[in-house]
Amino acid sequence: MKNKFGIKEVVAIGIGTALFVALTEVQIPLGFIPNTALQPRAALLAFLAAVFGPIVGGVVGLLGHALGDALFYGSIWWSWVFPEAVFGIIVGLFAKKFAIKDGGFDKKNIVLFNVVQVIANAIAWIVVAPVLDIVIYAEPANKVFAQGAWAFLGNIIIAGILGSLIAVGYSKIGGKSSSLSKEDE
Amino acid sequence: MSRVLSYEEKDTWIHRLSGVTKLIFFLLWSITSMISYDTRVLLVMLLLSLIIFAMSKTKWKQVGTVFKFIMLFLCINLIAIFFFSPRQGCKIYGTETPLWHLFGNYTLTKEQLFYEFNVMLKYLTVIPAVFMFIVTTNPSEFAASMNKVGIHYNIGYAVAIALRYIPDVQDDFSKIKHAQEARGIEMSKKAFFTNRIKSMAAIIFPLIFSSMERIDVVSNAMELRGFGKYKKRTWYSAKPFKRNDYLTLVVTIAFTITAFLITFSDGSRFYNPFL
Repeated sequence: MKNKFGIKEVVAIGIGTALFVALTEVQIPLGFIPNTALQPRAALLAFLAAVFGPIVGGVVGLLGHALGDALFYGSIWWSWVFPEAVFGIIVGLFAKKFAIKDGGFDKKNIVLFNVVQVIANAIAWIVVAPVLDIVIYAEPANKVFAQGAWAFLGNIIIAGILGSLIAVGYSKIGGKSSSLSKEDE
Repeated sequence: MSRVLSYEEKDTWIHRLSGVTKLIFFLLWSITSMISYDTRVLLVMLLLSLIIFAMSKTKWKQVGTVFKFIMLFLCINLIAIFFFSPRQGCKIYGTETPLWHLFGNYTLTKEQLFYEFNVMLKYLTVIPAVFMFIVTTNPSEFAASMNKVGIHYNIGYAVAIALRYIPDVQDDFSKIKHAQEARGIEMSKKAFFTNRIKSMAAIIFPLIFSSMERIDVVSNAMELRGFGKYKKRTWYSAKPFKRNDYLTLVVTIAFTITAFLITFSDGSRFYNPFL
């Protein structure tokens, strides 16, 4: 099931990307620091990856970020596109464990989701993004690491709060099969 | 949502090119401008992209608002680079020619100015290419051409669905937002931070759940119509490769190779006028 790429995955990538792009513009300004904002799309990506797995997560991250950048900002920061895909893939790898669709997203899985989410964000924004910024654009190291750290902080907050809430909510309305258990094969 | 770039039908040779040709051009173009720090190469690229942009008959009206936004962002970025690392240019070019002492450790040097000028050029060369790609490529033709050059149609279809549903999702978003505002949630800056997250959740929850439902509906409909049964499929809006497509590709690849040869001719990706 994890590696299957069927119709549902095709549509999930399509509509997931559309959602991600539409949410590019939607930001919650932190107020006290200029030019920083929480991006609800980070929570969306965490949720989609956790439901549909690494392929959908990775492609929505890559395509969504690239398209969103291109449509709204007219240029693409590739060094920030790839980390988004990395984030989607890492969270997606644990999709089966989360069991969101099966209604099994309980306290234990919420904790797991957040641990994975924080690790994935750390790898994506504190490691991959700044390194790519330095390699591709030769930007000053301390600037890109500061930017990365900000993105990391913002994203773990939004994915932690909003992402968990969405996953819990969806697990409750979507899943009804948790009362059934699979018999031994 | 007028701030978004979108495809507009026109009849120029750029519009007649296949979507894939434009995608390959766009990718090679942005890779070149990413890698190269050679001022000469970047200046030629900027000039060329402006010429191509003019040829595509794109009106300022189509891209103006987005362009202003990018400029603002670019300025902030350039200032941030100077603020965080005022000696980055000296590190790269190996010399130091102070122009003007500002305060503390901050001295404006020729090298720093030149380095930031290059950063600016790198961004500017890509912008017309992105604009051109988006405003001249018909989304459904693009999906079809992707399949024509051998990319699996599942991917082409996912891209087509994404492009097709962006306006729908945006519509949904503003509808839900207005409905929630009518019920009294506060979305402006006046609201306290945690309240803002809460009201954002009040919009995003219905949006995501209705989209999840949409995923089910659309995939069921596609399954009913037998999507994915065969290895191949036909396309309504596919464009075959024509002479101009091959010409464009040959020129693009030749240009990319030349650009790389010039950039790395002195063994470094930076062009150093200070030596």
